[in-house]
Amino acid sequence: MTSVTGAALSASLGASLLAAVAGAALPRRVRPAGAGLCTAVAGAAAVVAGVAAMTGRSWSAWLPELLPLAGVRLAVDPLGGLFIAVTGAVAVCAAVYGVGYARPPRDGHGHGLDGRTVQAVLPLFVAAMLLVPAAASVSTFLVAWELMALASLLLVVAEHRHRASVGTAGLWYAVMTHLGLVAILAGLAGLAAAAHGESFDRLRAAAEGLSPAVRGAVFVATFAGFASKAGIIPLHVWLPRAHPEAPSHVSALMSAAMVNLGGYGIVRVGFDLLGGGPVWWWLLVLAAGAVSALYGILQAAVATDLKRLLAYSTCENMGLVLVGLGAGGLLLTAGARPPAALALTAALLHVVNHAAFKTLLFLAAGSVLRATGLRDLDALGGLRTRMPLTTAAFAVGALAASALPLGNGFVSEWLLLQSLIGSLGEGGTISAVTMPVAVAALALSAGLAVATFVKAFGTGFLARPRTPQAQAAAESPATMGVGMGVAAACCLALALVPAFTAPGLAGAVQVVLPGQDALTGQVTLRLAAASSTVSPLLIAVSVVGAVALLRIAMIRRARRRARLWDCGMGPLNARMEYTATSFAEPLQRVFDDVLAPETDLNVTPLAESAYLVESVTYRARVGDRIERRLYRPVVAAAAAVGEAARRLANGSVHRYLAYGFGTFTGVLILLAVTR
Amino acid sequence: MSGSMSVAGTVEAAAQVVLVAAGSPLLVGVMRQVKARLEGRAGAGVLQPWRDLRKLLRKEAITPDGTGPVFRAAPLVLTATALVAAGIVPIATTASPLDGAADLFAVTALLALGTVALALAALDTATAFGGMGASREMTVLALVEPTILMSVFALSVPAGSTNLGAIVNSTLHEPQRVASPVSLLAAVALAVVVIAEAGRIPVDNPATHLELTMIHEAMVLEYAGPDLALVEWASAMRLTVLLGLVANLFAPWGIASADTAAAALAALPLALAVFAVKVAVLGGALAAGEVFMAKLRMFRVPELLAGSFVMALLAVAASFFLA
Repeated sequence: MTSVTGAALSASLGASLLAAVAGAALPRRVRPAGAGLCTAVAGAAAVVAGVAAMTGRSWSAWLPELLPLAGVRLAVDPLGGLFIAVTGAVAVCAAVYGVGYARPPRDGHGHGLDGRTVQAVLPLFVAAMLLVPAAASVSTFLVAWELMALASLLLVVAEHRHRASVGTAGLWYAVMTHLGLVAILAGLAGLAAAAHGESFDRLRAAAEGLSPAVRGAVFVATFAGFASKAGIIPLHVWLPRAHPEAPSHVSALMSAAMVNLGGYGIVRVGFDLLGGGPVWWWLLVLAAGAVSALYGILQAAVATDLKRLLAYSTCENMGLVLVGLGAGGLLLTAGARPPAALALTAALLHVVNHAAFKTLLFLAAGSVLRATGLRDLDALGGLRTRMPLTTAAFAVGALAASALPLGNGFVSEWLLLQSLIGSLGEGGTISAVTMPVAVAALALSAGLAVATFVKAFGTGFLARPRTPQAQAAAESPATMGVGMGVAAACCLALALVPAFTAPGLAGAVQVVLPGQDALTGQVTLRLAAASSTVSPLLIAVSVVGAVALLRIAMIRRARRRARLWDCGMGPLNARMEYTATSFAEPLQRVFDDVLAPETDLNVTPLAESAYLVESVTYRARVGDRIERRLYRPVVAAAAAVGEAARRLANGSVHRYLAYGFGTFTGVLILLAVTR
Repeated sequence: MSGSMSVAGTVEAAAQVVLVAAGSPLLVGVMRQVKARLEGRAGAGVLQPWRDLRKLLRKEAITPDGTGPVFRAAPLVLTATALVAAGIVPIATTASPLDGAADLFAVTALLALGTVALALAALDTATAFGGMGASREMTVLALVEPTILMSVFALSVPAGSTNLGAIVNSTLHEPQRVASPVSLLAAVALAVVVIAEAGRIPVDNPATHLELTMIHEAMVLEYAGPDLALVEWASAMRLTVLLGLVANLFAPWGIASADTAAAALAALPLALAVFAVKVAVLGGALAAGEVFMAKLRMFRVPELLAGSFVMALLAVAASFFLA
């Protein structure tokens, strides 16, 4: 263990364990600070390990005694290193933020997040997420994967005493994540059985010789499992429930680090272990990604719960990552290696960018939640004067998430578009038909993302407060500000000088596509596969410069305050404002057929006359249509079967004896016949 | 690129910015004059928008109650993005020093950034008008995006690049390409989205202040004095840049693309003049068209945009299957 990578990763895992012990043993007063500090150190060490691995210092270890039968096999290559570094960076922000977030605010409505369970499990969750990309055998991978799922489940249900909806969300998450685990387990176990070994090296060597049917089955099974972890439509149902209900720093960890590992799994199994596959695999990935991107952002556009909006935006962004992976796979199958490398680079850069801005957005949303007790955008507003730091943080995140220049999301979406456009002539007719559709999906999702985040920022933070809680909001403690500040700094660095990630990304892509360098240039990004260029730094400098010049030119005497235009009706009040619901109404009408909103109108007439109205109630709700159409019938059928099965056990002893007798004779007959 | 060429490129880009900055109110004046004459009115003259701007700039700046920094910064951001876009788009030259910094995607995203700033400012006022305008503008923006990117896609296929200079140069070298189905379909699609982006009839009516119909005007209702001057000026510049983009993507002749710095600078005045004529003709045609058309209902706009999207999609398909 002489390598930097190994030492840093071991230090990181050690610090996580120390943090878990601190979380379990320290007295309540110092518990969040102690555990948070250790977790932050663990995250920082993981960043070091990941960066070292990305720059070529790979590392592997074999610990036969740690797990019975199989042992633990670890290996960090540049691809795993990328995900370790991202997870570590998110963990640093979330851990520092968690110190302040766990402390109950002065006026009482605390979340009880400084309890032993949350404080001890959070570092274990981080450690499990670091182990997943470091695992180098099927058993190690699955153990780490399940550890991650269980730890996150415990954290999701942390606030179950405060809200009933937490329990439901936890149940959905538990079921979906375990169905996903079953799929991955089946796929990887099948692969290991066919390869006569379970280490990744062995699988890689044996994958070439497997029959197409086995390879296809392994890919589909693992893809389903990984897609459900990444929140890909239609396996996303747990995500918009679990992310809003989890404590906000846990939401950040889940949404910015855990879902990435779904993408990691697809790259690792699809590209690395199986070494690529036929066209239909990648069309499946691409279609799932495109549908996810569109449906996710459409739901986000009409969502009014701030954290639910962010959760659906995660579905969108993971969809974009899958579009990149699918395009990369298609191009690789067609033999076009430079464009394939560009598509994979774009996908991985989007993973990094999404992690940065989604961490920031969830942390800012948590800060709002802690200060006001509200997640509903229709009830917020006017936070800019009361919580300036949080508002600035959310603004940076929203700019990035809407993929506009000066934000980091712009860079990776630009790369993704370039890879799709450049591959028009590369993959024959299939890519000529697919790529335009993918570009259209990407473009529409980018446009809707702009509307979504204008809504979230404009109605949530600007304008005037719509409720007393929003009116009484106060800025969050300093540690939360530091957590958001680190995430914001990462966003800005990625937005202005994205080139610093290029060597690391190239290393990660070269794990699956040796010898390809997709992205070059320092200030101006140049592509190996296309002749287009862009320079985020120059754009930012010109815009900021122009704003500064105009500002200097426009400086005048003091501005005069004046009333708003109120049509001569007297002062406007907060109820006259546009809310998030009204803001999204035109979009909801345009996409009525997809969203199928449920509206409920009840008119109660007066007793004396049917023509005079006493009251009108109107309820409108935009639910998740996929959940309603796809999952509700299954859940209802399962419940019906369970209900029917109860009749088997009605408490009569005679019946139970008859069951025993029947089974016994049945077994005897079976034995007599088969022997 | 040699040093003298990049100096020449900088001079040319600066000239572009100055032309757009000074000429865009005149374009608005020309369009209003064309409209007035066709409607049988005398019109206020081509210089009237400049006179309006001068009047507004002399007035006191107003901060409506309850508005914050976003409201005050939005006109600056809107104007800055329009100015930067004017420096990038090939108006008089394909050798702008910013050409490599921003391709067609970046230019449209940059213009969208200005729109977003204005929409946030409108929400910041906390009035129903502001929210209404912002909501409608964002809906249109979201639906316009696919068509823009698809048109860019179609145009970039023959040039092999999305950089504006490369697309224009490739059209200059192969002029017959302008008459190809790809180019024609993309031109129609892009023209529709330019109308939508610039907020002209039939998507939005810049002359209305009726709450049922306004989009852009509802967003800027609270601005007065110098702030309003900036918003009006920026809107005029955006219109000019967008029309210029259409003009030079599909008819780039006259643009200065010489090999030596001296020749490029010598061709500059002619290039600027040709550009002014092209944009004036396009603007005049747009204004004349507006006289004979009514504004569409807000919820009919998606149908129009869907139509233009299909054309852009056909353009991309044609670029592959007819190539």
